[in-house]
Amino acid sequence: MFRFQRTSLRRRVALAAALVLSGSLALAACGGGGDDSGGQPAATTVSQADIDKAMSTPTELTFWTWVPNIQKEVDLFQKKYPAIKVKVVNAGQGGPQYTKLRTALKAKAGFPDAVQIEFQYIPTFSITKSLMDLRPYGAETLKDKFVPWTWQQVVGSNGEVWAIPQDSGPMGMLYRKDIFDKHGIAVPKTWDEFAAAARKLHAADPKVYLTNLAQSQAGVWFGLLWQAGVKPFENTGADSVKVDLNGAESKKVADYWSGLIKEGSVSTDADFNDQWYQSLNRGKYATWLTAAWGPVFLEGSAKATSGKWRAAPLPQWDAGKNVSGNWGGSTTAVVQGTKNPIAAAKLAEFINTDPESTKMFATQQFLFPVTKSLLADTSFVDRPLPFYGGQTVNKLFAGISDTVDTEFEWPPFLDQAYSDWGETVGKSFANKTDTSAALDQWQDRTTKYAENQGFKVEQ
Amino acid sequence: MSVNTTDRLGARAPSRSEVRRRGRGVSHARTGYLFVAPFMLVFLGLLVLPLAYAAYLSLFQERLIGGTVFAGLDNYTRALTDPRLLGGMGRVALFFLIQVPIMLAIGLLAALAIDSGLLRAAKTFRLGIFLPYAVPSVVATLMWGYLYGQDFGPFAQLAGKLSLPAPTFLSSDWMLGSIANIVTWEFTGYNMIILYAALRAVPHDLYEAAAVDGAGAIRTAWSIKIPALRPALLVCLIFSVIGSFQLFNEPQLMQRLAPSVIDSAYTPNLYAYTLAFTGQEVNYAAAVSFLLGAVIVVASYAVLFMSTRRSRS
Repeated sequence: MFRFQRTSLRRRVALAAALVLSGSLALAACGGGGDDSGGQPAATTVSQADIDKAMSTPTELTFWTWVPNIQKEVDLFQKKYPAIKVKVVNAGQGGPQYTKLRTALKAKAGFPDAVQIEFQYIPTFSITKSLMDLRPYGAETLKDKFVPWTWQQVVGSNGEVWAIPQDSGPMGMLYRKDIFDKHGIAVPKTWDEFAAAARKLHAADPKVYLTNLAQSQAGVWFGLLWQAGVKPFENTGADSVKVDLNGAESKKVADYWSGLIKEGSVSTDADFNDQWYQSLNRGKYATWLTAAWGPVFLEGSAKATSGKWRAAPLPQWDAGKNVSGNWGGSTTAVVQGTKNPIAAAKLAEFINTDPESTKMFATQQFLFPVTKSLLADTSFVDRPLPFYGGQTVNKLFAGISDTVDTEFEWPPFLDQAYSDWGETVGKSFANKTDTSAALDQWQDRTTKYAENQGFKVEQ
Repeated sequence: MSVNTTDRLGARAPSRSEVRRRGRGVSHARTGYLFVAPFMLVFLGLLVLPLAYAAYLSLFQERLIGGTVFAGLDNYTRALTDPRLLGGMGRVALFFLIQVPIMLAIGLLAALAIDSGLLRAAKTFRLGIFLPYAVPSVVATLMWGYLYGQDFGPFAQLAGKLSLPAPTFLSSDWMLGSIANIVTWEFTGYNMIILYAALRAVPHDLYEAAAVDGAGAIRTAWSIKIPALRPALLVCLIFSVIGSFQLFNEPQLMQRLAPSVIDSAYTPNLYAYTLAFTGQEVNYAAAVSFLLGAVIVVASYAVLFMSTRRSRS
């Protein structure tokens, strides 16, 4: 799995779903060669009268999402619109859910009205015309409620609004204060300081690494590229894409990490498996470069280390600058072909903008907020977390959220790009081979794939 | 039974000659079809139709841009020259050649040991060997993955206590062997049960005759039991051909622990899965699956052919 998994429970759910799908030669039973259903409906605005009528007509919606206990937020929606009944279905987290969605869309049956989609997968689904443009339902007016870069993530190249943001993952650094103190290491502010600290720490205690750069975690890699200002992909048209995975900036980031890995000061263990959880619990890694959802996740998976962790921003490439990238985060989208587009669009809008609902997401499901109002809400940001020695970690990440570049784009074939990263760049980390050559290979494989899929590829 | 019923039955019962005239074949055949129908429906719906659909799919190419085009046999020619697929095929073939003889040998020894009647607590022994088969392969792989762990696994910790380097079960050199170990652990008991059941069916007169001729337990096992087991061993072997070439769960789960060792084309089945669900290349995946199926048919037939020829000679 190359996707982050937030809880071990959900990890198991995903695993179970993968198991179901793993029946040998089960391919035969799914997939299909059918054409894509229809084109985009004209972006004409739906009148308020139509919306009122739809929202008071008895309707049943199906909503696929893996957020635990999301029924609470959905209940708020049903309270406001008693005519609408929402059936919440957990169809697996990330990959397994997308696989089911694709299959249902191909079969033209059994797909949900509304669905949870991660930011990075929006182009992958909009290119197959699987998502509805939400502009006709007034989505554009919501723009100002959201942190700009999160909104930019859901906007298509022609201004379509493909989904409503739900949570995000601006990246920061969680570190072990006790380990830092023991070895007299100051919190690194730049990547140079980080490299020096990595060498110093590993020399002082060969069992400890300053951090672990997981060989399989393409999500982190994209987050680091995002921070460094690299634009690996740009969607330059409906059938053209720019792929720039091995440019100078990209190589700078890769050289930095492969250098640390080759000298042995940074480990490359695969993440989100038992070995990795144990390593976190037993202090093998002194930092975890992670996203805003990381603090609560760590609290659940490294209980033995409570009180020892602190949070800080990512080290910077240029001293004095303050920029970050993003890892993870989700949206609610409406599926093309739904019979109830208005109700589904309003569901997506309501749960992600209603103050009570968004606050529940932030305080009960610990999703990191994407609305400006909540990120300024003192009851959220000023909450001290005992696991982090009473630090107001939310405030730190709320600040980091504003420093994420808005222009970052995802390709319409993300699964392949992730998978190819693991088999080229990730592999070069694990085997301590030439990472620069691996970047070229990654570029080459991704380009070939894109061309094979009919894209015009600019380099 | 009331007299009445007997009367009716008697009145209805056709004479023997009548039965012969109506043709036992036809009426029995009809009933036969009726009995076979549920199986045939499932067989058609869940095997033949999907296979036909997959064959149909494998003749097209669907792309993200430009839609679906008829590709003829392009997917097959691509697959036949795809180094990643061929590499995976080679890997599972190697796996089959090494893992299967070991597994069948252990299973055979265990079956003979239980059948010899010389074992104490034979039932416990039998259950113990069979138990791993009851553990789903996913759970087994997770368990072994933990045992293999390079930092905190029990083997690594033991090695650490003895100041030895931790064994690298998950490195590229050892991975295939580590997977073979899991598969052997899982399926030895299954094969043992098949072989043991076959041993129970060997007529006792043969043993008596052997005993009269002065054969000991080992001589009896070698000259009577093992030859009698040939058909059962063949069944085990054919299952193993299929299982080896379809290897999927174990490598897919081990991928989480060592993603740089197990890539998406580690086994042909894993490759087909990745093509379909990661790359959205459903058509190519269908072609790859068909080729894999063809390889399995050929390998199974080769095993069958060789063993029947040997038994004749």
